[in-house]
Amino acid sequence: MTEIIIAGFGGQGVLVMGQLLANAGMLEGKEVSWYPSYGPEQRGGTCNCSVVISAGEIGSPIVSEPDAVIVMNRPSLDRFEPAVKPGGILVYNTTLVDRAPERSDITAIGIPATAVADELGNSRIANMVALGAFLKASPVVSPESISRSLERVLSQRHHHLIPLNMQALERGRAYQ
Amino acid sequence: MAKVLMKGNEALAEAAIRAGCRAFYGYPITPQNEVPSYMAQNLPERGGVYLQAESEVSAINMVYGAAGCGVRVMTSSSSPGLSLKMEGISYIAAAELPCVIVNVMRCGPGLGGIHPGQGDYFQAVKGGGHGDYRLIVLAPASVQEMADLTFEAFDLADKWRNPVMILADGLLGQMMEPVKFSQKEPLAVEKPWATTGARGRRPNTVNTLDIVPESLERRNYALADKYSRIAQSETRWQEYKTEDADLLLAAYGTSARVARSAVDMARAEGLKVGLIRPISLWPFPSEPFERHHGKEFLVVEMSMGQLVEDVRLAVNGQGTVHFHNRLGGMVPTPREVLVKIKDILLGGEGQ
Repeated sequence: MTEIIIAGFGGQGVLVMGQLLANAGMLEGKEVSWYPSYGPEQRGGTCNCSVVISAGEIGSPIVSEPDAVIVMNRPSLDRFEPAVKPGGILVYNTTLVDRAPERSDITAIGIPATAVADELGNSRIANMVALGAFLKASPVVSPESISRSLERVLSQRHHHLIPLNMQALERGRAYQ
Repeated sequence: MAKVLMKGNEALAEAAIRAGCRAFYGYPITPQNEVPSYMAQNLPERGGVYLQAESEVSAINMVYGAAGCGVRVMTSSSSPGLSLKMEGISYIAAAELPCVIVNVMRCGPGLGGIHPGQGDYFQAVKGGGHGDYRLIVLAPASVQEMADLTFEAFDLADKWRNPVMILADGLLGQMMEPVKFSQKEPLAVEKPWATTGARGRRPNTVNTLDIVPESLERRNYALADKYSRIAQSETRWQEYKTEDADLLLAAYGTSARVARSAVDMARAEGLKVGLIRPISLWPFPSEPFERHHGKEFLVVEMSMGQLVEDVRLAVNGQGTVHFHNRLGGMVPTPREVLVKIKDILLGGEGQ
C-alpha cells in the first residue's frame, strides 16, 4: 500500500496530480482512493489531497502517515515534512520553496518544477514535472498509465495539451 | 462497463439517473454540491427535470408533488438543509409516497462545519419530522455503494411506497474511488394511486389530513404494519471476521471503513476482533448483535453516542458496549481505534 499527500497553492494542479495517480492505479488493476482537502478554499490558498494505491481494500482515504509527500510551495513543506514516514519520499518544488528540508531520515528530492515548466512555455504544468520526479523515485504507476489517465481526467477541450503534459512528466523523470 | 474514477456524490447522482430518477429538486450546500451539479448537467438531456428551488423547504415540497404524480424523484442536501426538509418528509411518509432523500452529512449542530460527521443518525432513524413514521435509511461505505444503494433506494421506495434516505457523509461524497455501474433495469412498479389526470377513472387524491380520530388511528396502525413488514424483509448488514471474535466493532459509513482497518491491525496482533456494519440503519440489524450476546462490543462513530443507543437495544444488557468517537469534522484513525481495542481486550497493557 502506498499513501501519498500532494499539497500546494490552489491553481497549481495539486488535485489533478492526485487524480492522475489514482486513475493510473485503477487502470493497473489496483484499489485506489482520492480525497481532497475541501473547505473555504480559493485560488492562491493552500490545498492538498490524499491518494492511496493498494493491492487490497482501502480503509480510511485520509492519509496521516504518508509514504510520500509532494509539495509545490513553502507552506506545504512546513506542514507536511514532519508527516512523512521515516524512510519515505519528499518531492519539493525548489522554485517556490526557499528552504531545504530538515529531515535526514527521508529521501528528499528537490526539483525546480515551476522553472522547468516555464522553460516548456507553460508554468501551469509544473505539477507534471513534480509528478515525473516522484514517479522516478517511486514508480507506483507507469508513465503510460498516466498518459491514459490524462485522457480521462482532463476535459476534452484540454486534450490537445496532453503531449505537453507528458513532455513535462518526462522532464521531471529525467531530472538529475 | 469498465470502472471509472468518480466522486461519491457524482456516482450517487449517476446511479439515480440510471435508476429512472426523472426529477431532481435541491438547494446548494457543501459537501453535497456535486449532486445537484451533476444533475443539472446530465438530467435534462436524459429526459428529466432539474430545478434549483429557492429553499430546502420548497425543494422537499416539489418532491412531494412529483412523487404524488408517480415520478421517480430525488432531493439531496446536507445536515442543516435536512433539518429544513423535515416537515415535508413527514408529509411524504404519511401520504405513503416513494422518493429518495440524500443526506451527505456534515458536522453539527447548528450551522456547524462542512467536514464529515454522522450527527444526523437520530434525525434519520428516529424521526426528525413529527409523528409516527419511518424512513428506510441506507448507509453506504464506499463510492461503489453510493451508486448501488442509491439505485436500490428507488426500487425500495416504489416497492414500499415509502421515502428512502441515503445517509452518507462529506468524506464519502468528496472522495473518489473506482465505481462500476450495474446494467440492472429498475424495478417496474404499477402506480395506480398516482395523480396522473383522472381521465377515464375516479380521481386519486394525496392528502395527509385526517381529523377523525378513529380513522387516523387506523391509518397509524396500517403504517406500523407496513413498517414491521419492511423490517422483516429489508434489514441489511455486513459482517467482517465476526465468527470467532471476542470483541465486535459496530460502525456504519465512513466510520466502518476506519473500523475495518482497525480490525485488520488488531488481527495482525493476534486479537480476535470483528466488525458488524449496519447497511440499513432503519430497519436496524439487531440479529447479528443478538447472535453475539455475551461478548464485548465497541461502537465507532462520528457522533456523540447516537449509534450506541441502537447497539445497546440490540445487545439488551447481554454484553458490554464500549464507545469511541470523534466530532466536529474529525475522522477517527484506525490507530486510535486500535488503542481502544487493546484497552478493552488487554486492559491497557497493550499500549
